[in-house]
Amino acid sequence: MTSEAIQARLKQIVKPYVNNQENFENLTSESNFIDDLEINSANLVDIVLDVEDEFDIRIENDDMEIMTDVESTVGVIQKKLSAK
Amino acid sequence: MGVVAPNATGLPQFEEAIRAGKSGIQFHKELEELKFSCQIGGVPKFSQDLMDHYFTALEQRGLLATGLIYGGIAGQEAWADAQLEISEELDIDSGIIFGTGVLGVEKLREAFLKIDDKQVRRLGSTSVLQTMASGISAFLGGKLGCGNQVTSNSSACSTGTEALLMGFERIQYGKAKRMLVGSCSDSGPYVWGGFDALRILPHQYNDRPESASQPLSAGAAGFVPSSGAGALVLESLESALERGVPIYAEVLGGHLNSGGQREQGSMTAPNSTSVISCISEALRDAGVNSKEIDLINGHLTATAMDATEIENWAKALGLDREAFPYINSLKSHIGHALAAAGSIELVSSVLELSRGFIFPNLNCERIHPEVLKRVKEDKIPRALLEKNIKLLAKASFGFGDVNACVILKSYDDE
Repeated sequence: MTSEAIQARLKQIVKPYVNNQENFENLTSESNFIDDLEINSANLVDIVLDVEDEFDIRIENDDMEIMTDVESTVGVIQKKLSAK
Repeated sequence: MGVVAPNATGLPQFEEAIRAGKSGIQFHKELEELKFSCQIGGVPKFSQDLMDHYFTALEQRGLLATGLIYGGIAGQEAWADAQLEISEELDIDSGIIFGTGVLGVEKLREAFLKIDDKQVRRLGSTSVLQTMASGISAFLGGKLGCGNQVTSNSSACSTGTEALLMGFERIQYGKAKRMLVGSCSDSGPYVWGGFDALRILPHQYNDRPESASQPLSAGAAGFVPSSGAGALVLESLESALERGVPIYAEVLGGHLNSGGQREQGSMTAPNSTSVISCISEALRDAGVNSKEIDLINGHLTATAMDATEIENWAKALGLDREAFPYINSLKSHIGHALAAAGSIELVSSVLELSRGFIFPNLNCERIHPEVLKRVKEDKIPRALLEKNIKLLAKASFGFGDVNACVILKSYDDE
């Protein structure tokens, strides 16, 4: 799957958790979940669970720690998909 | 005020329901399938529109804690009804005491199943909020931006009445200008199961649920399990007048105590000495003579203890049969909402005081003979009475032998 396709699906996943709609509309690969999208840090675990369900992958704690922005998250998803 | 009750959700709807004597008790297929003896109960109903009004889409995701839903609606309705704004600023003058018995049992069940399945990592972020006892006050505190004390009390069936008195005292001490007080209780088999196991719920009315809850009646067969939430905004008179908002009623005083499970008291039965003392002390605290009480909103759960409760009221008030005031029990309409009972019943009491009516006692065609020895039949209205009342006594007695009594007065600005 291309990183663009993954990012498009990720955008739909994070949508309900976002508190800054403007930055969400202008989402880029650099968008940070907490600083830019103003997502409550507790909701990051929900995003990880939603990502697991959406892509049918399992994300470990180590992976989760680096999933702070769109780019790193897309990277983790890509890595997991190719390992399947 | 705000209310989520099995017979109505929302304050105007609730007033209409209790005036009309509308029952909120229904048969539940789920309880039958789980082989409960008592397959009836009270579960509030509300629309998705109402949910969307009080909870964001995100807050609704995985939301299984029914008590949190009921309390969340009732608390926010009360806040709006008191014409209080929700602002981005912290409000250090406002606090919350919102109690419950156990919160989010359905969510707990989901968590247990996942944990046992070695899926603890998949619990999600709201498991804690939905299952901690103070989840309801924490939720409301965030919604309303309250910066004063925010906590949840828990004293079984006296929780709601206790919450009101705790909030009242905090304002009396000058530590807060206003307190949102109330309580909530989850619905369903995991809350009600323990009571079914104690064999204290009626099992004979599964085919006629609306007849099951019979407080004060010779046929009282046990309390009908129920659920919901009630919420009231208490405010210092000075602050309410300054804001120029309508005042429903005045809290004159009250008392909290426990029977210590001594004398005839036990985990499940009250020590009458303490019940009597609780009522007398409430009257003394309020500076009220018992003869002035117009109406009692009883605890009256529809068990054999109803007659004992009446005897205790009679002794505490020191009034003979001729002088015993009007008395009613909302449990005849909605069953026993456990931790939520006190606060829902307080909302009904305040409505009676402010609007001038006494809601009817349902399912009470044959009054218990022991009750009739202390109370004249016409003081147990079986039909709606339009009547101005000035002073009302409300008591709640809880599992663990704990008692709460509050004295309310209709408000007039002269």
